[in-house]
Amino acid sequence: MNSMNTDNDKEEDISSSETAELADQGYSAAGEVGMIKSRRTFRENVWRGLKSAPPTALFGLTVITIYAFFAIFAGFLAPYGEAEIFDLSYAPWDDQFMFGTDQLGRDVLSRLIYGARNTVGIAFVTTLFAFTIGGGLGITAAINNNGWLDNLLSRSVDVLMAIPSLIFALILLSMFGATTLNLIIIIAVLDSTRVFRIARAVSLNVVVMDYVEAARLRGEKLMWILWREILPNIMPPLVAEFGLRFCFVFLTIAALSFLGVGIQPPTADWGSMVRETAGLIQFAKYDLTAAMTPMLPAAAIALLTVAVNFVVDWFLHKSSGLKD
Amino acid sequence: MSDQNRGKKGDILLEMKDIVIDGYSDDRWHEIVKGVDVTLRRGEVMGLIGESGAGKSTLGLAAMGFARPGCRLTSGTIMFDGQDLMKTPEAKKRALRGSRIAYVAQSAAASFNPAHTLIDQTVESVIRHRIKSADEARKDARQLYADLQLPNPDHIGDRYPHQVSGGQLQRVMTAMAMSPRPDLIIFDEPTTALDVTTQVEVLASMRRIVEQFNTAAIYITHDLAVVAQMADVIKVLRYGVTIEDADTRSMLANPAKEYTRSLWSVRSIEKDEERSDDIILKVDGIDASYSGSEKVLDNVTIDVPRGHTVAIVGESGSGKSTAARAITGLLPPSKGQILYNGKPLPPALKDRSVDQLQNIQMIYQMADTAMNPRQTVRDIIGRPLEFYLKLRGRERDKRLMELIEMIELDESFIDRVPAEMSGGQKQRVCIARALAANPEVIICDEVTSALDQIVQKGILELLLRLQREFGLTYIFITHDIATVKAISDQIVVMLQGQVVEQGMKSEILSPPYPDYTHLLLSSVPEMDPDWLTGLLAKRKTEQAAG
Repeated sequence: MNSMNTDNDKEEDISSSETAELADQGYSAAGEVGMIKSRRTFRENVWRGLKSAPPTALFGLTVITIYAFFAIFAGFLAPYGEAEIFDLSYAPWDDQFMFGTDQLGRDVLSRLIYGARNTVGIAFVTTLFAFTIGGGLGITAAINNNGWLDNLLSRSVDVLMAIPSLIFALILLSMFGATTLNLIIIIAVLDSTRVFRIARAVSLNVVVMDYVEAARLRGEKLMWILWREILPNIMPPLVAEFGLRFCFVFLTIAALSFLGVGIQPPTADWGSMVRETAGLIQFAKYDLTAAMTPMLPAAAIALLTVAVNFVVDWFLHKSSGLKD
Repeated sequence: MSDQNRGKKGDILLEMKDIVIDGYSDDRWHEIVKGVDVTLRRGEVMGLIGESGAGKSTLGLAAMGFARPGCRLTSGTIMFDGQDLMKTPEAKKRALRGSRIAYVAQSAAASFNPAHTLIDQTVESVIRHRIKSADEARKDARQLYADLQLPNPDHIGDRYPHQVSGGQLQRVMTAMAMSPRPDLIIFDEPTTALDVTTQVEVLASMRRIVEQFNTAAIYITHDLAVVAQMADVIKVLRYGVTIEDADTRSMLANPAKEYTRSLWSVRSIEKDEERSDDIILKVDGIDASYSGSEKVLDNVTIDVPRGHTVAIVGESGSGKSTAARAITGLLPPSKGQILYNGKPLPPALKDRSVDQLQNIQMIYQMADTAMNPRQTVRDIIGRPLEFYLKLRGRERDKRLMELIEMIELDESFIDRVPAEMSGGQKQRVCIARALAANPEVIICDEVTSALDQIVQKGILELLLRLQREFGLTYIFITHDIATVKAISDQIVVMLQGQVVEQGMKSEILSPPYPDYTHLLLSSVPEMDPDWLTGLLAKRKTEQAAG
């Protein structure tokens, strides 16, 4: 707690008769009645935020933390390597292979854990990339409001958005080859169009503020205005959008992998895992656990999507200032 | 509500005793209003005056038994015509509001629903409360529009809020409040957002209608001269306590408290004008327009002498802010040029050199929007130091402290963000930001008009002191004549994009005036409680004669 707070304490202790004396004193700039607001450290803010978070958001945060933990420490946590093949394909769930093995004899549990790193990691990088492109161009377009650059960018984005993105991604991936780098770039570019739209829309409200004009009058360059004047003021909606976009990217990658043009074997990935073991579902009447095997990666995808959405909902709720 | 069961004039209508109101911030309750008593008789107008944060609006709303979100009525009694609003259930209080108690808000533009016509909104509460039938209510509303001297009273109600001016909207809102013939109206700074010429008309209408229907009113404002025209008694508030209570005439004649006296102190600043022929900036016959629309500036020529202050005055829409935008390069003029030290400045901002930009700085009307809410005072003032003067690290911080002391704030402000400062403090930081560039010319665009009188005085004194110390040149855009008197050497009067008159302060402010200057000058409220009455009478005779 810093000095602001002690001021407040003082103010509260003053009885009204003392206030009356105080009130009749002359004017001083530093003593003007301002908004009573104490500043907190970042840690205090985070703690206060968590304490007031609804249970759904806490659930979401917990799930995301566990996923992140598995993704980061996959090498230590997985019992076997992600491409390690045993000569026992479709092994049942037992002590050696907790969730059995797949069609090539790879341990499903290990691949699930590595899949967290690959699928989530690639989705994260892709989303980050999409935000860099879309956010940067969106704010630039807003600064250039209705100029030629804004029109060029906005119309190009409209054209890109007119084409169904999954089909477009499929075409591009088969054109350029389904490498991880291509996957990241193509999905990032396609998704950046959505980010562009929202970044431009929220920036337009900030661009008209006097402080942006003041920065322009000072002679600031575009990057400064974008980075220091506008970006900090549009962070809350962008962060919320980031969570949402991450889910979509993640699902797109899983879908592409399921179709065979996403993350390529032997890299473990939840989408392709569902596809590869999908046949097992037919054995549900003979061996329920075997039929569960394709459900595990699907459930991992579903759980993360739900968790991220819970957190995003909470964040949107907070940043928009909506009350119930 | 018929007239028979109303009490007589002079009966006590509202009696608030020992009112305590708490506001919630920072996870706890703070006292905003600390034990204030209010007694209001029927037909009496009480002026509630004080600087922002004094609790006057909160107290005004409490008179309706209402606490805004984040506030609570903690203790005290609010006796309104025999019932204690502190104990009345919400549903019953709601029945009172809009029928027996009405409220006129500060910003009429923000308070009307843009999707409905004015007359629908005027009669809504009367119909909802079943006081009158829809037809009667509409007929009455048109009569009220006429009483309030709105143009074309039979049809103005069919318009939408954006189709009438701010002053007209404020009068429609008064009609709305008056429509149920309430016992009490609360006016919350109803003319603060209007310019002087409009303010006079609105004040006159409000006063007439309050007298006509013998309504009691609470008039909240920070402008003592305005309240002097409206109120029978005045209550001065500060920090949530009563400073002084007196009837208008005796308070104006003989204020008991130092603080009360300081409330009209802005009008006591006087600057001796100085003539100078050393022109630093010359605006030479410029025309300007916003893309494609008609001319906003028409052949404007302004001479700005070095180290002196030129005040540009005019009502809103007269082009005075546009002139500032042309000078700064934000709006390149379509004709004419701007000479700085005799050399022409490139018309567009992007063609100007860093030196040229550094020499002309700007201070905005709304300090709130002129500072990035995510930056601290250190960033805000420090940036021009880095950008123009290339100061870094210790050197920068040293200069930063000097600037903060110069604007009479202290070290504790250096890491605050704008939301943690009051309006006056914010404006001071904006002044420091402009000063940090070591400019020769500072354009002040209505820098004091969003501030209370007492804070205005502080800011104006600061600007005058800085001018003496650093020989700064100011271009001061304002519609407030008291401010002009306080700070200027020369005056430029603008109307509809043209310069109507230009000269030394003493020449402009002494007769004979051109018509428009006369209207502008005579519209400035004076401390004399008879001023409005006198002015209206005079205008009437002038009209009859002319």
